[in-house]
Amino acid sequence: MGNNKLIIKKLHFTYPGEHIAIKDISFVISEGESVGIIGANGAGKSTLLMLIMGILFPNTGEVLVDNRSINKKNLSKIRQQLGMVFQNPDDQLFMTSVYEDVAFGPRNYGLDEVEVENRVEKALAMVGISHLKDRSPFKLSGGEKRSAAIASVLSMEPEVLIMDEPTSALDPKSRRKLIQLLNRFKHTKIITSHDLDMVLDTCKRTIVIKGGRIVADGNTKEILTNDELLDNCGLEVPLSLQNCPVCGTKKEI
Amino acid sequence: MSTLKNSLYHLRLLDDLGKHNSFIHKVHPLIKLITTVFYLAVVISFERYDVSGLLPLIFYPMFIFLLGELPITPILKRLLIVAPLIIGIGIMNPLFDNSKVLIGNIYISRGWITFLSILIKCGLTVTASILLVATTGINRIAEALRMLKVPKIFVLQLLLTYRYFSVLIEEVSIMIRAYSLRAPGQKGIHRSVWGSFTGILIIRTFDRAQRVYQSMNLRGFRGEYINGYNSKITFKDFLYLMMWCFFFTIVRIYNIPLIIDRIFTGVIN
Ligand SMILES: Nc1ncnc2c1ncn2[C@@H]1O[C@H](COP(=O)(O)OP(=O)(O)OP(=O)(O)O)[C@@H](O)[C@H]1O
Ligand SMILES: [Mg+2]
Repeated sequence: MGNNKLIIKKLHFTYPGEHIAIKDISFVISEGESVGIIGANGAGKSTLLMLIMGILFPNTGEVLVDNRSINKKNLSKIRQQLGMVFQNPDDQLFMTSVYEDVAFGPRNYGLDEVEVENRVEKALAMVGISHLKDRSPFKLSGGEKRSAAIASVLSMEPEVLIMDEPTSALDPKSRRKLIQLLNRFKHTKIITSHDLDMVLDTCKRTIVIKGGRIVADGNTKEILTNDELLDNCGLEVPLSLQNCPVCGTKKEI
Repeated sequence: MSTLKNSLYHLRLLDDLGKHNSFIHKVHPLIKLITTVFYLAVVISFERYDVSGLLPLIFYPMFIFLLGELPITPILKRLLIVAPLIIGIGIMNPLFDNSKVLIGNIYISRGWITFLSILIKCGLTVTASILLVATTGINRIAEALRMLKVPKIFVLQLLLTYRYFSVLIEEVSIMIRAYSLRAPGQKGIHRSVWGSFTGILIIRTFDRAQRVYQSMNLRGFRGEYINGYNSKITFKDFLYLMMWCFFFTIVRIYNIPLIIDRIFTGVIN
């Protein structure tokens, strides 16, 4: 493994109104690692991602990217390295066409127009929506919007890709395509999802969160076959790992 | 509900129209902005009783409609949205200003003339502003404002307000849909939930606008839209500006309909 890309140190975060969302979370992600973050609704996954991106600031604790602590000064530099896909694609698309939206990031980082076009075409092709490039984002279907939102982050070619529930609203083919895409993406990835089969297919390591705390952190296969742990956290063993419902024989892992 | 959804479409319609590629769309945004401002100034500068002098100025929006390849009905419909406001402002005039003037062979109250001129002036200015957005797009107008050295913070304000507006309408239509699905047979929204409805609406739109702004920041937004267009003012742009300025000035100095009238009556006599 490479060096430590992301260090999360004793994060603590309270939403206004005394709601404690993150309690004492620490972990380290090395370069090139892919990590799934799972947990029931309201466990604090989205909040954790927003703390990593510097959208929210922790009450105590810190986030280090390449051993630099995130603060308001270096935020825009550090964000160049991190790309985040939001849980709701509507929050992410705001330009008048898909093309303009995907070009938004690269242009802000001062690339010339030829390079911008290159990147946009590449990102659109990667998620398979080149044909939608002149459409208005608000006239797309839910899944198409999701793909466009992913492309808008890919075009920035981030070193760390952070995704909040990327497969929700995708049809089976698009979901499969996304999984393949994620597996091709060799950089560091952090993915939250309720689609545990997807986590199994894309992430070697998994962190389980419950009530704002880490309750397990380790090899994905081990965690996702731990019936008791998952049940305890409001989750279930993924379908692909469950015993055959007809004959009850154990699945090969 | 359908009308709300429609107005959302109309709102985005301006965005959509702004992407077209007509002769007018290709004119540099700064040039269009200056032309429009000059036009507005000329329209407003006409005297209260001067209706005939204003008439040639209708030529400008007609020209933009034609060469900009814009659909006339949806844009004029937008004009209707502000119509009550305009009529509200103007309607007092006939009541207060009773003095009569002779036009041709009939006496007409001056109040009605000022009312008519307010109507035309508002119609022309609002149309011209809508046409500017429809042929330029809000982002490029912002770019033009920045070229004029308008402070970043004001331009950003304008852009975000414009965005907020679409977010607002989207959220309203979502909430009304959710409401009407669970309150079948009701017309509109019952008075008893108006309070909570608006309260939630404000929070929701505020939240959403904030998340949109965050995602802009995450992608390196620093207060300025960067368009990939070539932003050089060409000689053609300059010519466009000069021609309109010339036209507006002539119209402002000479009352063209009156001159034409004189020529004709002169010929007849
Ligand atoms: N803006 C907010 N203000 C106050 N509390 C919030 C806010 N957003 C989230 N919370 C609370 O913080 C906790 C964690 O929320 P978070 O969105 O991180 O959950 P999550 O793990 O992403 O859930 P899901 O799987 O449903 O997306 C929840 O209990 C939620 O009620
Ligand atoms: Mg979430």
